[in-house]
Amino acid sequence: MSTACPFAQEFPRRRLGQVIAIFAKEAKYDFLGRLRLPVYSVSTILFPVMSYVLFGLVLNRGQRNEGVGITTYLVASYATFGVMGASLFGFGVGVAMERGLGWLQLKRASHMPPLAYFGAKVLTSMAFSAIIVILLMVLGITFGGVHLGTAQALRLLGTLVTGAICFCAMGLAIGAFAGPNAAPAIVNLLYLPMSFASGLWIPINLLPRFLQKLAPVLPPYHLGQLALSLVGGGRGAVASHWGALVGFTLIFLGIARLGFQRDESVNG
Amino acid sequence: MASAAAQVTSSVAVRRNGRVVARLSRASKKFGEVYALRQLSLEVRAGELLAVLGPNGAGKTTAIKLLLGLAPADTGHVAVFGGDPRKPENRMRTGAMLQVGRIPEKLRVREHIDLFSSYYPSPLPLAESLRVAGLEGTENRMFGELSGGQKQRVLFALAVCGDPDLLFLDEPTVGLDVEARRLLWSQIRQLLARGKTVLLTTHYLEEADALADRIVVIQTSLPVASLCSIPGVREVHSDRGVMLIRTTAAERVTRELLRLDPDLQDLEVTRAGLEDAFLALTCDPETENPQMSGARL
Repeated sequence: MSTACPFAQEFPRRRLGQVIAIFAKEAKYDFLGRLRLPVYSVSTILFPVMSYVLFGLVLNRGQRNEGVGITTYLVASYATFGVMGASLFGFGVGVAMERGLGWLQLKRASHMPPLAYFGAKVLTSMAFSAIIVILLMVLGITFGGVHLGTAQALRLLGTLVTGAICFCAMGLAIGAFAGPNAAPAIVNLLYLPMSFASGLWIPINLLPRFLQKLAPVLPPYHLGQLALSLVGGGRGAVASHWGALVGFTLIFLGIARLGFQRDESVNG
Repeated sequence: MASAAAQVTSSVAVRRNGRVVARLSRASKKFGEVYALRQLSLEVRAGELLAVLGPNGAGKTTAIKLLLGLAPADTGHVAVFGGDPRKPENRMRTGAMLQVGRIPEKLRVREHIDLFSSYYPSPLPLAESLRVAGLEGTENRMFGELSGGQKQRVLFALAVCGDPDLLFLDEPTVGLDVEARRLLWSQIRQLLARGKTVLLTTHYLEEADALADRIVVIQTSLPVASLCSIPGVREVHSDRGVMLIRTTAAERVTRELLRLDPDLQDLEVTRAGLEDAFLALTCDPETENPQMSGARL
């Protein structure tokens, strides 16, 4: 008689068109809500963009790392950083607040399909991720002498936007456990050190040896290497990086599921 | 275990013939080791407004969560429209106003209503939802810019926009000033006039009195020996040694009580009017200081 988790419930008796309409509205309003919230939209977009302008376009210009021009290298790594931020904050903080303060419960009571809620958040995180990736590519091409073919640019965009799913899952795992006040701090505490240790700020080969060994247990390392592999850099096999991202995603979803189950037993 | 409820039926406007559309039968719910609700039974009949009245912590919100299918009962039975409240066809016919700590502030009133309307098969038109909730003219304002009363009315609009048959309103007027409260009351009365069924929780006697066809009073219960098994006993309420039993067979129950406890003291048998029953329930036995009508429990 217990509802295991909000993923696995309901939707019979709605026509497909109606379900699609709900998904679309949920995604539209999640996107608008985040866009109008400067704390989210400005910080998740500006942070990677300003870092790129400062460390890629102003300082370090003309340098190369592992055979890749630094302006190109940093497009890939800061884009990974940006994708991670958009997804982690959107999910981690968003879900923690809406779950902790009763909003998600009201939506569930109002017959919202739970998948629409989570699906909308994934789509919104992907949309913000795409904005960040495109901005960085445009800046790099316009001011940093970055050469990207159309196909190459699209593959980079596709890879990073797909990779966002892993960080959505990670954010969901945080949001399923963290309280509304603690969530932003927890996300920051994970986001910044993890980005650094995954080689997103300073190329991985320039990091201390022990960090280089630690990096493969961190999800952003794998997405970063996938992005780099599309601009002529990167280490390790592409398939193994994808495999790692899928594995992390499943683990995070499992953790999130536990959180939602615990929620039901503790406070309904 | 004692029931924590005593039921008081006001003499006016009882809609006795209505079907039961929602029912809790001896429902208990524990969160961790703490009982949030103990052996509560209540029925909501079609077309009536049932007020669940009680102090904070008595389990009013938990009762609503069980009826909305947001949490399963540990023991006892929950039925809405004769079935599981989580069934989609039942959820589509219910609307809820819950206590929400924070609502996305950067969405406009009409955007919130548009989204919630989409969850239901045949929602009210936007203009109608705005009118029913008294929100005309605010539809383009951001939720975060609204006054407290307007915010509560947006939550009210979200509960009614799907045009559900049964509404659960959890402390709809908490924290509102008198004027805003009365405005919401008139909106709730309009719902009843449209034939809707409402279960409302409150800790204001005045509110229950002003709106309700029937009132169920619940209080934090203490564990006492089970009296529920005596034939004719409908509900049992116990508070610090004072026990209130609602029954349709007073003579038989009295005999049974005396048989169970020959030392029984201070037995009173009364036909309960609303005022009597309420004073009895809210009277603090240590100070003998009954709270007055309209007092906050």
